[in-house]
Amino acid sequence: MQQSPGAPRQPITSSTRVDQVGFRPQLMRGIKAGLAVVAMIIMLIPAVWMGMTAFKSRPDAVSVPPKVFFEPTVEGFVSLLTKRRQLTGEEIDAYKQRIDLSFADRLALKRGQAIIGQSDFPKFLRNSLIISTVSTFFSVFFGVLAAYAFSRFKVRGENDLLFFILSTRMLPPVVVTIPIFLMYRALNLYDTHFGLILLYTAFNLSFAVWLLKGFIDEIPREYEEAALVDGYTRLQAFRKIVLPQSMTGIAATTVFSFIFAWNEYAFALMLTADVARTAPPSLPSRIGTGGVEWAAIAAGSLACLVPVILLTFGLRQHLLRGVTFGAIRKG
Amino acid sequence: MSVSPTPRTRRPLSDRNITLLFIMPTMVILVLMNVYPLFYSLYLSFTDYSVISAEPPKWIGLENYTTILSDQRFWSHFAVTGRFAFLSVGLQMLVGFGLALLIREKFRGSGLVTTLILVPMMLSPVVVGVFWRLMFNPSYGIFNYLLGFTDINTAPEWLGQPVLALWAIVIVDVWMWSPFVMLLSLAGLSAIPNYLYEAAAIDRAGAWFQFRRITLPQVMPLLLIAVLFRTIEALKQFDLVMGITGGGPGDATEMVSVRLYREAFQGQFDTGLSSALAYIVLIVIVAISNLYIRQLNKVREG
Repeated sequence: MQQSPGAPRQPITSSTRVDQVGFRPQLMRGIKAGLAVVAMIIMLIPAVWMGMTAFKSRPDAVSVPPKVFFEPTVEGFVSLLTKRRQLTGEEIDAYKQRIDLSFADRLALKRGQAIIGQSDFPKFLRNSLIISTVSTFFSVFFGVLAAYAFSRFKVRGENDLLFFILSTRMLPPVVVTIPIFLMYRALNLYDTHFGLILLYTAFNLSFAVWLLKGFIDEIPREYEEAALVDGYTRLQAFRKIVLPQSMTGIAATTVFSFIFAWNEYAFALMLTADVARTAPPSLPSRIGTGGVEWAAIAAGSLACLVPVILLTFGLRQHLLRGVTFGAIRKG
Repeated sequence: MSVSPTPRTRRPLSDRNITLLFIMPTMVILVLMNVYPLFYSLYLSFTDYSVISAEPPKWIGLENYTTILSDQRFWSHFAVTGRFAFLSVGLQMLVGFGLALLIREKFRGSGLVTTLILVPMMLSPVVVGVFWRLMFNPSYGIFNYLLGFTDINTAPEWLGQPVLALWAIVIVDVWMWSPFVMLLSLAGLSAIPNYLYEAAAIDRAGAWFQFRRITLPQVMPLLLIAVLFRTIEALKQFDLVMGITGGGPGDATEMVSVRLYREAFQGQFDTGLSSALAYIVLIVIVAISNLYIRQLNKVREG
């Protein structure tokens, strides 16, 4: 290529705005960054406070004024995970003599209580884990199939079908719960793991189809076509070319579906009682009983939130797509 | 690269059959879990029925609807929901867009700051709501202290007074969902071509002029999408209310979804009436979404 004299040797790909050079714009940038950090700190206060409260003793959690510095203890976790009984003065003395007390027993004894068994919270947490995992698997599995078909083949009434799929997610949960409750009662699915798994699968499926379709749309068709020319069948091309290529999308969809199921409250509240109850609806009901054990509630909240916070970090590249049904893509 | 296909043992599926096979499971699940319930509850909304009674549904026509629409209480639930939606969506737009303007230009650590700001919206609303109840407590809650109300006797009782209780829910909702608006705004802002600002700078246009004439119109479509998403969610609001106030004090923060839950699953278990209420909520949400989408299309074309 002929270079005209004086032309830059490389193409110009970036420019510096004249109005952004100098002291004032730089100062402005500094102020903005400072404000952003302040905003972040304010946004994080509730989460941090929750983390702190989880490690407070029972009196520290409700001290007036609120304590920022305190002696950390796992008392909250112990009361979250156990059932306890209030001891009388003599019993306490008798208990103190015993040498077979575990660490948890001694923590409970500090509040004059004896541990009499395990609480239901581990069960609820386990239910949450089972239901979220299995329903996520199914919604991603069926979602990726449907998304591939919508992305690659002509489907009659495609736009209407896609809109229908999207609109199912817009329904308020309470609207569909009544008939589903009746249906589940007739089929003996009320308060079962399978019932909630089916419901969450349906609810996440619409989301999974939309999100995955966006990702699969971006894989060039030429890859598959080349494979077809080489003698692959459609299914082989799907398995060996499209699936590996859409791994990022599948991973993001998996995590989003999991977080939804993990956080879900309304369905779980109305369609489970005890056997299949998940962790989120179990927390508000703890408040009703006697003196509120805030440290225990904070510990339970922390158990629910920590996995989500960790996953959010893994997801940050895909957050925008995920929370908008893949309708909006960055850049 | 040469790839050797596995030998074919039977005729491969045609594209048409693959399409059918791939889409069917999704459709079956969605029809079973969404469409069928919708029609079933439409039928129930015209009947007198309770899930705890042995009697089958009795057709009563529009009576459930007239009962609801002529009952002052239901109107007040709608009013509370509307007020909540208006306040919280409005504030979320302001805070979220403001945050986006702050974070727009990259600085050291801006990626981390952005991710950390996004944390609240990924959390479980009901869990968060329950914990905010502690923070709002007038004597040992941290919220009043952070606002500077250190004297317990004069500090506002957030969850004890009707007006403040609604504001408490608004505050938590804004805390949770402003990041969502910020995320959408950031996507809109990053799509604005830089040359628009360069041209404006050469013309010596002021910062305010640039904001009003370039930034705002360019992000408007995405801001409207944010309004749409958030309004639908606000009208459906259930989890936060149950977590923070449970509808109280009295029924000051009892939004439509909460009322619906109580009618359907507590007290009388009035299934027919609650189905009718569910349908009214659904119609309102669909109507509002349609209005928005029409407005959105106008902005996009204009």
